[in-house]
Amino acid sequence: MSAGAISPQRATSCGTLLEVRSVAKNFGAAQVLKNISLEIASGEFLTLLGESGSGKTTLLRLIAGFDQPTSGEIWMSNERLDTLPPYKRRVNTVFQNYALFPHLNVRENVAYGLRVKSTPKGEIAGRVEEALRMVKMISFAAARPATLSGGQQQRIALARALINRPQLLLLDEPLSALDANLRKKMQSELKALQREIDIAFLFVTHDQDEAMALSDRIALLRNGALEQIASPREIYARPATAYTAEFIGQTNLLRGEVNNGVARCGPLQWKTAEATGAALFSLRPETIRLADASLQLPDAVRFRGVIRQQIYTGASELLEIDCGSNPTLRARIPASGPLTGEHEFVFSANDAIRVIESHVAQGSRATDHELR
Amino acid sequence: MYSRAYKAVISAPPLLWVCLFLLLPYAIMFAHSFWLVRDGFLVHQWNLQNYRALFSNPLYFQVFLRTARIAASVTLCSLLLGYPLAYYLSFHAGPRKELLYQLVIVPLWVSYLVRGYAWKTILGSDGVLNGFLQYLHITHEPVSFFLYSPFAVVLMLTHIYTPFVFLPIYAALEHIPRPLVEASQDLGADRRATFLRVILPLSIPGLLAGATFAFVLSLGDFLAPLLVGGPSATMIANIVQSLFGAAYDWPLGAAISVCILLITVSLLFTTERLEKRWSFK
Repeated sequence: MSAGAISPQRATSCGTLLEVRSVAKNFGAAQVLKNISLEIASGEFLTLLGESGSGKTTLLRLIAGFDQPTSGEIWMSNERLDTLPPYKRRVNTVFQNYALFPHLNVRENVAYGLRVKSTPKGEIAGRVEEALRMVKMISFAAARPATLSGGQQQRIALARALINRPQLLLLDEPLSALDANLRKKMQSELKALQREIDIAFLFVTHDQDEAMALSDRIALLRNGALEQIASPREIYARPATAYTAEFIGQTNLLRGEVNNGVARCGPLQWKTAEATGAALFSLRPETIRLADASLQLPDAVRFRGVIRQQIYTGASELLEIDCGSNPTLRARIPASGPLTGEHEFVFSANDAIRVIESHVAQGSRATDHELR
Repeated sequence: MYSRAYKAVISAPPLLWVCLFLLLPYAIMFAHSFWLVRDGFLVHQWNLQNYRALFSNPLYFQVFLRTARIAASVTLCSLLLGYPLAYYLSFHAGPRKELLYQLVIVPLWVSYLVRGYAWKTILGSDGVLNGFLQYLHITHEPVSFFLYSPFAVVLMLTHIYTPFVFLPIYAALEHIPRPLVEASQDLGADRRATFLRVILPLSIPGLLAGATFAFVLSLGDFLAPLLVGGPSATMIANIVQSLFGAAYDWPLGAAISVCILLITVSLLFTTERLEKRWSFK
């Protein structure tokens, strides 16, 4: 395929494309979005991640124009977006259940956007063919949507949106209706396609694995507010809040205190540069290992614990370790055969990340100092 | 799987009903249409005379044409009223939807005859409409053509059948997934284009069902012409009624009924096929 025909007419490869400024949305008395600010860069793959009811779909609908913000503004390429009707926005959407027109065949569905803009017939035919080739559905041009599988409908929905050469593509849980295998396959195709056509994607999902696999950055929403926005590596390795740490991946939350450069959480203690006071630390299960004479960790923290439970998951084992006063610690170690009784464990103090309870619960603004 | 006996017991009552109250009467009517009346008595002698009379006397054809014209006008008027109403309720009524829906349905509970007489009081020479027009000095004497005209019949039937047209259209509109409307706007179609390209095509089955209701029910109506129509608005069912009544020519009446039945059945068959063509899953 030729990506050139699909990419936006103004070829910008960096810089801010879309800006959400202090947007709030109320439905009646319910505050669905509270003071959201974020930016999307040209060509970026940004994921809105959150539980159902976190407001992620609402934010997408505000950008698409299906709902109006209660307050705040949305700007795209130095143009106020939130005052325009949806049909005047250079934004296209892939809907959760694809929303293909049942009375039109695949070709007519894909051509829809060009037809309503009175594009010349000859140009429509060429671009439709190109778009169908891009999603590998050219042989289904005459089929009705009802005769297609979920994955095929998904591709048509993509082609139908991308043929309009939007600057920003909105995707509302587009993979959630697919079975697990197809989902993995579509994830990698979607990622490859996005790289190739260089259009910014705003992707909504409740699946943190999907968010990790696809995104340049993840915006984690909670109860209508932004909890954290950062790259997948950053958000996993350095979660800002306990909620983020628990939502993205698994973690152990250690409650304790820091006193004159020493962190103390039950029987565990280590040297830290953190300020004195009550503290909460996130320690990922895979950072805890079985102690071994040959293992040299920087700032190693050693402790002894009794294995209460062992769960075998194929490539790894999840251990629940009782080490005294703390709630049990979870450790993920490489598959190693049955283990029982007391063992010595070790982790690096650098992997214990101090987190706050939640940005949202404290009512403060989310961190966007991590913006590029 | 159900047993044979269970199936027989379960299906017997409806079968009996259909045979007794549908098939048997139709058979009797069909038979009558090939019999004769001689010297005021029914003669069971098979012949085609009734059909010959029907097709050779232009009067019947004229009345049938008028009936079809009135039915078509009623269909058109109730579509023009019912569709926008259904569209408004389905897409724009918001929280008032339930209340408005009930208000559309309520007239269906009022007797047909009551509504007929109501139109008589409204349209008559000393009726409400004429009184109002004279009060406003728009007219200076009663306008007589309001009542006892094909216009009055169309008006009354439109009033009666608009809810019948509204209901299937409303149901069809309610079944259009709202994301389709959003998808259309998302792809650059304004309200008008969205209506013409998505909403209207997807509501065609409801539109056809509603139109069929209005047309078929109007085609067989004989009360509206009796109440508000007058001689200039005699419809085919009035002819049938008088043939079965005062004129005592059941065979000719039956022949006309058979013709109307055939037309109605072929119409229903056609619209059903069209509805299927326009339904998508």
